[in-house]
Amino acid sequence: MPLNEELRQFVTDNFLFGRNSAGLADHDSFLDKGIIDSTGVLELVAFLEQRYGIHMQDHDLLPENLDSIDNLARFVGSKLPRN
Amino acid sequence: MQVESFLEQSAHSLPHKTALVCGARRLAYRELDESANRLAHSLIAAGVQRGDRVAVYLENSIEAVASIFAILKAGGVFLVINPTTKADKLCYILNNCRAKGLITDGRRLGASGRGILGDVLCLSAVWLAGGIGEDVPATGHRLVDLDAVLRDTGLPPQALPKRAIDIDLAALIYTSGSTGRPKGVMLTHLNIVSAATSITTYLENRTEDIILSVLPLSFDYGLYQVLMAFKIGGTVVLERSFTYPSKALDILVREKVTGFPIVPTMAAVLLQMDLSAFQSPSLRYITNTAAALPTEHIRRLRDLFPSAKLYSMYGLTECKRVSYLPPEQLDVRPASIGRGMPNEEVYIVDDEGNRVEPEIVGELVVRGANVMKGYWELPEETDKVLKPGPLPGEKVLHTGDLFKSDEEGYFYFVGRKDDIIKTRGEKVSPREVEDVLHSIPEVAEAAVIGVPDPLLGQAIRAVISLREGTQLGEKDVLSYCAARLEDFMVPKSVAFVSSLPKTGSGKVSKREMAVSAGETI
Repeated sequence: MPLNEELRQFVTDNFLFGRNSAGLADHDSFLDKGIIDSTGVLELVAFLEQRYGIHMQDHDLLPENLDSIDNLARFVGSKLPRN
Repeated sequence: MQVESFLEQSAHSLPHKTALVCGARRLAYRELDESANRLAHSLIAAGVQRGDRVAVYLENSIEAVASIFAILKAGGVFLVINPTTKADKLCYILNNCRAKGLITDGRRLGASGRGILGDVLCLSAVWLAGGIGEDVPATGHRLVDLDAVLRDTGLPPQALPKRAIDIDLAALIYTSGSTGRPKGVMLTHLNIVSAATSITTYLENRTEDIILSVLPLSFDYGLYQVLMAFKIGGTVVLERSFTYPSKALDILVREKVTGFPIVPTMAAVLLQMDLSAFQSPSLRYITNTAAALPTEHIRRLRDLFPSAKLYSMYGLTECKRVSYLPPEQLDVRPASIGRGMPNEEVYIVDDEGNRVEPEIVGELVVRGANVMKGYWELPEETDKVLKPGPLPGEKVLHTGDLFKSDEEGYFYFVGRKDDIIKTRGEKVSPREVEDVLHSIPEVAEAAVIGVPDPLLGQAIRAVISLREGTQLGEKDVLSYCAARLEDFMVPKSVAFVSSLPKTGSGKVSKREMAVSAGETI
């Protein structure tokens, strides 16, 4: 599954409880849309660490890295080993 | 004294001092005061009269703060509605208090108001932050561009003559009620000024204070951060949320914050982070309320913020704050929520209303000018909590919380008389969640309990039995709730059972449910 799709799937399943996420654009801010709170961020971090084997530093927990599907994909992409 | 004087007096004495920081925007006292004056003129032009209710339904923002003060300046009564409130409840609240105005933004109106605000006939106008774009649904109400009003030099920036006196209502704060419908706590100017004076006294607040608030303005703890900072001529750094804790900590350092109000969930999040390199030498105090901090968290917070005094506090919307523990007492009695505030009397009574001796458990009673006037248009509910005090005509607040005191008069929380759940620092009426669960067609019976949770204090757990022959999954339930309840009210887990445990009299036994929830966790 492409990275964007996989991230969208996680967000949809865990923060929208499987509701149709058609209304959620890749660039939409989770904060603006009221999708995620601080405990949600911790769930998101646990998922990223487990699924992609990346180690998140606390200073990574910023909206620039985590606050939309696009930001997540860019952040995860930058942390994954290059082929 | 009226609450809007907090802003007006600081604007007079400290016109160029920074009052409010929101993201990249910084406003000086005079700028903010003049913006609020313009909006007050706009409110009055739209027909807002002394005592009229006007709702603010916005995230933490400069616009929200300016709106609160503008409503007061116009002689009105403000209410701040949690920005995650869904359409049904928004309309219930607006209709319940017959709001004359609504101040919100186009996105929120689009998400919550489409076709619904049509049922809210009391509104004479809606002010919209962010402009009136094409995406704003037609609701039939008069729309006013809030941004234009706040900066419009065509409107007079001068204050209006005072309309309200200090025993008039200043605010309604809607809080969870045992009936499942939210109740509006009525607070006068005098109530708010009294509470703000007591709190800023024991926190020893001063003009140099810079307070970082990530708490919503709909929560009285968040609201008072702004009110109190303006009262002392300090600065508030207002963030929308604590969603990205690293961002909040960056701001704490960059803005040289001196005061940081938290709730236990925020402490739990902070203490999961590696903050070994973090330093905040400017931080003078941290306050905690909503629920007690675990002793271990107290110890680690003090390690993390060595320059800060830590205040454990306790309160309820009906009187704002009840007590605080002087920081030097934290090592002596860490489990205590302290003593009454300055200019307030707090005591414990038995079922007959007689004061009890130390170590005896009873209901906590609060006496002071900070005690609310009652619940909006709910005289019976009001009479259950406001009871005659020692002086003729006086009312004291029976909190519904069970406490005991030690020999030196420090109080200890024992439990609640009702089954209100406290999660993430917010009170949740099980009934309000259960009403939503019962509206799911497949649900035969549903009940909601709070189960212990290291992060949330209590997590909401729904226990459901389904109608025969129907099927429903946990996600279906959570999704249904998320569309109808504020975020913090949505259950964290669902247990499906064949039937709910009952007491001998046929009532649902929450005690038994809590025990079996403990076994499965």
